[in-house]
Amino acid sequence: MEVFQVLVGGIAQGCVYGLIALGIVLIYKATESVTFAQGDLMMLGAFLGLVLLTTLGFPFWITVPSVIVAMGLFGLFVERLVIRPILGQPTFSIVMLTFGIAYVVRGLVTMIPGIGTETHKLPVPYAGQTVSLGGVVIPVEFLVAIAATAVLCLLLFLLFRRSRIGIAMQAASQNQLAAYYMGIPVQKINGLVWALAAAVAAVAGLMLAPITFVHAQMGMLGLTAFAAAIVGGFTSLPGAIVGGLIIGVVGSLAGFYLPEGFKNVAPYVVVLLMLMIRPNGLFGERLSKKV
Amino acid sequence: MRFVFKTTYDQDIDLAQHGGHRLWYGLLLLALFTAPLWLGAYGLSQLTFMLIYSVVGLGLMLLVGYTGLLSIGHAAFLGIGAYTQAVLAAQGWPLPLSLAAAAGLSAAVGIVVGLPALRVKGIYLGIATLAFGFIVEEVLARWEAVTGGNAGMMVGRPELLGWTIGSGAPFYFLCLVITVGCTLLVLNLLRSPTGRAFVAIRDSEISAQSMGIHLAYYKTLAFALSAALAGIGGALYAHMIRFLSPEQFSIIQSIDLLLMVVIGGLGSIHGVFLGAIFLIGLPQLISEIKDYLPWGIGDSPGLKLVIYGLVLVAFVLFEPWGLYGRWLKIRAWFMLFPFYRKGMFKRQKAFQKSDRLK
Amino acid sequence: MQDILLSAKNLEVRFGGVVAVNDVSFDVRRGEVFTLIGPNGAGKTTVFNLISRIYTPGNGSIHYDGHDLLAQPAHRIAALGIARTFQNIELFEHATVLQNLLIGRHVHRRTGLWSELLFLPSVRAAERETREKVEEVIDFLDLQHYRDTMIAGLPYGVRKVVELGRALATAPKLLLLDEPSSGLNVEETGDMVFWIQDIVHDLGITVLMVEHDMSLVSAVSDRVLAMNQGETLALGSPAEVQSHPGVIEAYLGAVEDASSLRRPAR
Repeated sequence: MEVFQVLVGGIAQGCVYGLIALGIVLIYKATESVTFAQGDLMMLGAFLGLVLLTTLGFPFWITVPSVIVAMGLFGLFVERLVIRPILGQPTFSIVMLTFGIAYVVRGLVTMIPGIGTETHKLPVPYAGQTVSLGGVVIPVEFLVAIAATAVLCLLLFLLFRRSRIGIAMQAASQNQLAAYYMGIPVQKINGLVWALAAAVAAVAGLMLAPITFVHAQMGMLGLTAFAAAIVGGFTSLPGAIVGGLIIGVVGSLAGFYLPEGFKNVAPYVVVLLMLMIRPNGLFGERLSKKV
Repeated sequence: MRFVFKTTYDQDIDLAQHGGHRLWYGLLLLALFTAPLWLGAYGLSQLTFMLIYSVVGLGLMLLVGYTGLLSIGHAAFLGIGAYTQAVLAAQGWPLPLSLAAAAGLSAAVGIVVGLPALRVKGIYLGIATLAFGFIVEEVLARWEAVTGGNAGMMVGRPELLGWTIGSGAPFYFLCLVITVGCTLLVLNLLRSPTGRAFVAIRDSEISAQSMGIHLAYYKTLAFALSAALAGIGGALYAHMIRFLSPEQFSIIQSIDLLLMVVIGGLGSIHGVFLGAIFLIGLPQLISEIKDYLPWGIGDSPGLKLVIYGLVLVAFVLFEPWGLYGRWLKIRAWFMLFPFYRKGMFKRQKAFQKSDRLK
Repeated sequence: MQDILLSAKNLEVRFGGVVAVNDVSFDVRRGEVFTLIGPNGAGKTTVFNLISRIYTPGNGSIHYDGHDLLAQPAHRIAALGIARTFQNIELFEHATVLQNLLIGRHVHRRTGLWSELLFLPSVRAAERETREKVEEVIDFLDLQHYRDTMIAGLPYGVRKVVELGRALATAPKLLLLDEPSSGLNVEETGDMVFWIQDIVHDLGITVLMVEHDMSLVSAVSDRVLAMNQGETLALGSPAEVQSHPGVIEAYLGAVEDASSLRRPAR
């Protein structure tokens, strides 16, 4: 029975990884930029929620949309200011740039007087509550995380398949030049993609915060989420979620069954195995150069 | 303006290609070898750190800058070298042997870490190295019998030929000699077929192969050499800071190393040293100016992160050739005065070939 | 019986459901210029990639100078004396012309890792010799002006010449040229004709070429193999192949009077 609880915890954690990975893959598909800033954007979202809930005393149901919108705008701002000028530079430069962004975000948050250096609990309305499913006690935070991820995936699916903007995003991600010719404003689309990724990271942060705590080092999760994106296949959106779930579950089970220390390492062992066996991930496309 | 008339091929093969080179580098070496005379104790210790990081940087530059293989977990090799040296020195091994062992063990692990390089490229390889970095850090923390785990490990003084090398000037000279030696080895490698093979792999693997370059061998060699250099740097690092703990070799340290080579100037040896100067110098600068900053910003631990991040972003946006690139442009301005044109180093914005098809 | 340098038999390559090369066989004689022609998608570059061991055929064999080529890994091909140029130039962009050509000498490397680290006199002597050989290629192709220029700053026509030079620097016995005249103007193509002739007559190198420019094909080729959709159509002298009705149909669709299309022989 305890296994079941561990499993659900792993799935919830995996959902968080999956959402961060989703943002990474979104940005990669659209602009071929690899970003390591998603983890710290998630952290920023969590802190924003903390400030709105505690310092400013907003109710929860106002906080969540506000944080999502605010982070979306922030993503737009980052893309316009910093990412757009360097499109076309080699991957490595862009990677280092996103590390720089992550450092700036993390540093600024740490510098906020009073809050930045402490660890906080996010006072959500469902904190501490549990639900009993078939004799197993499951914290509501886990279920909220899983449910929110499912809803988000559905919304994104509808966005990409049914809406004009979503189809435009798909077009731009597959062939930028052709999209330009079709009248799609590719640069604005790229901005929207970053906004979307930041908003998704914000949701991840708000869901993670009740499970763990809110602190400036939360962004390190972004590295594990990156591993999840690789496992799922770097060019596949559903793959990102699946990869996240795999990493989350493996991590939880490793923490439960294996001695101390394996919990942190397990996701990376999974990544290494995946890279050796199936370098393009579970759902990735196999692309090779034509000479 | 300088015109270099070349009459022999040796002039192209030599490291110092004209009188100006010989003069300036000669002066630099002179200044470095006499540093204990004109630099205070604190300055000397900072210079020693710079030398140590330069050795590590040489390895990372060889791997990332010259062979084009991304390594995001390089601090792992630093840690392996450091702990190997600490353990062996405690058991009484003489310095040359323990250094060789540190380099050798790091190289062996480097070969293992390089195995994914034979199958995957680009960011995928970066993540594989990141994964290895995490795993090594965890191993260092868990293997308490050897490394003392998270509680850390004290490091004694290095012993060479029966003498104990004390801190300060003697240790500085040791680091200086090793740094100069490693730099010469790397420079030699870069001007011979192996170095050219590395550059070929970076720029076009397919045509490198059709030129007869065995990709697997050279990629593995690049990892082994860069890990060995990081191991040597780590061994010196251990004696310098005298107390090791696993978190000194975390991913943050790895990213700092990458920062060093990027800001220094990717693809040049000068960039290694400029980057090391930056990495050691910036915290100094920050602590100098922090008293002048309002609202107590200067005391916040976040300040260092913000400044590092801003500098990194600024360099990627405005000076992708790094500090060395900026130096080249400044020197060109002086050399060509007054004929320097603003657009001389303008990047050709060609449509970048899609990375997915590389 | 003429001396056969390369012998390809019954080559077959499939990519998924697409048959790129279907039962292709041909022989290349020592000292000749053998050209593959055909519309785009005919499988010509795929055949090159088979010889360079970038692809592996599903069926068939390739024998070269007594070696079974399919048993060799890709990086051993250069050591056997086969060099190639690429359709979309694959030069080392962040290096100079000289460095690109020096890399071409890699197969003739005699120095080991440790002697290179210490830059022993043997390494210096080897470097001088490498440089001399490369300068011969630079003289042959008139690249002196561009010796120290980065590839990234060179015009397209010069890059094609550097690509040729790099292949020549390996001192091959068989040279694979993939569309040497694509992107070149009339003058540059004229230069290419002279160079190919010099390569064969002065340097004694056998040339296997893929080409679209019929004037170049007629000017230098000894024999031509026409391909279409992965299969061989016709083999013979340039004039014979160009007037073959199947070839004309492949390029232009069915034509009543073939003689109106024949190019004047040079």
